[in-house]
Amino acid sequence: MSILVDRSTRVIVQGITGKEGSYHATACREYGTRVLGGVTPGKGGTVHEGFPVWDSVRDAVDAVHPDVSLIFVPPAFAADAILEAADAGVELIVCITEGIPVQDMMRVRRILDIRNEEGETVRLIGPNCPGIITPDGAKIGIMPGYIHKRGKVGVVSRSGTLTYEAVWQLTQLGLGESTCVGIGGDPVRGLNFLDVLALFEKDPETEAIVMIGEIGGDDEERAAAFARAHMTKPVIGFIAGLTAPPGRRMGHAGAIVSGGKGSARDKMKALESYGIIVVDNPSIIGKTVAETLSKGDYRRVPTCH
Amino acid sequence: MNIHEYQAKELFRSYGVAVPSGVVVDSPEEARRLISEKAGIFSGSSAVYAVKAQIHAGGRGKAGGVKIAKSVSDIPGYVEALLGKTLVTHQTGPEGRLVRKVWIEEGAQIAREFYLSLVLDRSSRRISILASTEGGMEIEEVSAAHPEKILTLSVDPEMGCKSFVGRRVASFLGLPITLYGSFSTLLANLYRFFLDTDCMMVEINPLIQTGDGRLLALDAKVSFDDNALYRQEKVLALRDLFEENELEIEASKHRLNYVKLDGSIACMVNGAGLAMATMDVIALAGGTPANFLDVGGGASKETVEQAFRILLGDPEVKGIFVNIFGGIVRCERIAGGIIAAAKDVKLHVPLVVRLQGTNAKEGREMLRESGLDLQVAEELFEGAQKIVQAVKGAK
Repeated sequence: MSILVDRSTRVIVQGITGKEGSYHATACREYGTRVLGGVTPGKGGTVHEGFPVWDSVRDAVDAVHPDVSLIFVPPAFAADAILEAADAGVELIVCITEGIPVQDMMRVRRILDIRNEEGETVRLIGPNCPGIITPDGAKIGIMPGYIHKRGKVGVVSRSGTLTYEAVWQLTQLGLGESTCVGIGGDPVRGLNFLDVLALFEKDPETEAIVMIGEIGGDDEERAAAFARAHMTKPVIGFIAGLTAPPGRRMGHAGAIVSGGKGSARDKMKALESYGIIVVDNPSIIGKTVAETLSKGDYRRVPTCH
Repeated sequence: MNIHEYQAKELFRSYGVAVPSGVVVDSPEEARRLISEKAGIFSGSSAVYAVKAQIHAGGRGKAGGVKIAKSVSDIPGYVEALLGKTLVTHQTGPEGRLVRKVWIEEGAQIAREFYLSLVLDRSSRRISILASTEGGMEIEEVSAAHPEKILTLSVDPEMGCKSFVGRRVASFLGLPITLYGSFSTLLANLYRFFLDTDCMMVEINPLIQTGDGRLLALDAKVSFDDNALYRQEKVLALRDLFEENELEIEASKHRLNYVKLDGSIACMVNGAGLAMATMDVIALAGGTPANFLDVGGGASKETVEQAFRILLGDPEVKGIFVNIFGGIVRCERIAGGIIAAAKDVKLHVPLVVRLQGTNAKEGREMLRESGLDLQVAEELFEGAQKIVQAVKGAK
């Protein structure tokens, strides 16, 4: 088992004829992901790098019934691309694009929420994220596949290369990963820490979860509160940005301490108070997971309050 | 991106949000000339004027950046005192900001003061309205001491800022019923401005009710979404490069994401999250980070070279830590870039390079064989400890 994606997952790529889309569609296919083709308006009916190309997501859905759409569309058109996939009935949308205006995402998220409330299922991962990977199953994103190894630790993170750092440690120690989800560095996004934790809790293959957060917002705190109330699996947390000054944006649009809220110190304290195992040194994330799992009684007891 | 108060007020005016009339000057002579010509705001009978330093930071009042002139003859003196002055506020850092422009506006009769802001609120994923009866105070202080005096409500993007929203806020603020209509219009106009120009935050502190029953924005603070500037030509034209750090401007030209900090160990990293974590690890090892620098996913020899130049352009830098986790980027290419760049830019401070991920072994070999005066590390913390030691040893 794993969460959200596995070997059978059927994937299309929006923006497949672009430089990024083309490169990564090919890399995902080489990893073993079932990439069935892609969408580029105006290029329907052509074949690109061996992939069939359709004009619209609707055409792609009619032809191959994908489970996932992976988006590499430039920021100005990305919000539209997400909505196009949702409207065509694709249930999982993974948007890699960095730099989408926040207000575009605010409207997209509202529409996706309405659809879910009405009983449809449409999940968004990202934007501004590395994507999702189930090792030896499906790589749907831009992460380097070889650093992963199928195993028992679920990883959820707001960042890209920092996730690779943690994954590499887990792989080196032989623990491996069940699924790794990069939820993205933007302030308004699709799936959040909390949503992914809930999925990992239900996944029999996942024994522990690594949650990598950053300064800004309160999503980590909300997820930790959820963990305390509902989770039996240990969660190991790291928060980047202890040394970031308030009011400055640290690369990611969402990584900013504003109005005194969202500092790394406050987040770490909050996480600890909810029973998350917090590490302050990212070099020992893997080691901490190993130590936690080596204890016989590592399972948590959910405490509702 | 931020703009000045006078620019924000001009934008407000064009959206039907009332602001005091005023004029911006960059010399006392200009102020004297406008006064003697009885131009614009100096033609009427206004006896009181506010003379306000224009910098991109809050807290100007407390720092002495706002003067009240009781007669026009006092204005040039205040302008002269403010221009060229370095204002240090709680938002500028200890180095402060140089005042290059001064805004002079008509004084207003204040009956009541309020706080009003719109922010893109990540928790609700909507635009939130914050209103308070405690105008003119720091909203953080009000929030800590009297949270009940702040109303927060979020606007459904599907619905927009309808009249009922305005009425609810007006009622909370205790406005007279006769002002409900004009307040709702003001709020709807601000909301429209927020959407049209891709704002992240709009703040009016204080919004005042005048003696004769009008609503007037006495201050105006606006920040925009950097991701949306590509479609906001008019906003982009208001950018003031003097308000930004020179090294940061240079970095942005090369698509490098750089933020200057006040420590002594520079770092160069691929990815924003790892860059922040690297700063943190430098601190854990006993050093202080001199910057945040994300070279991005497509780091080439040229970007590495530019990054070195920018890092070395900061005189505080006493050592450099390069931390690359190769994914799509291959480490041997980064190593090649470092070797070429290090020769070109003449490094005069210790350098530690940590390579991990794709082709890291080959990259580390290349660095060791290059003959360059640098140390190689495999693990993140090991690298941070090495650079901290090297900097201590060099002192």
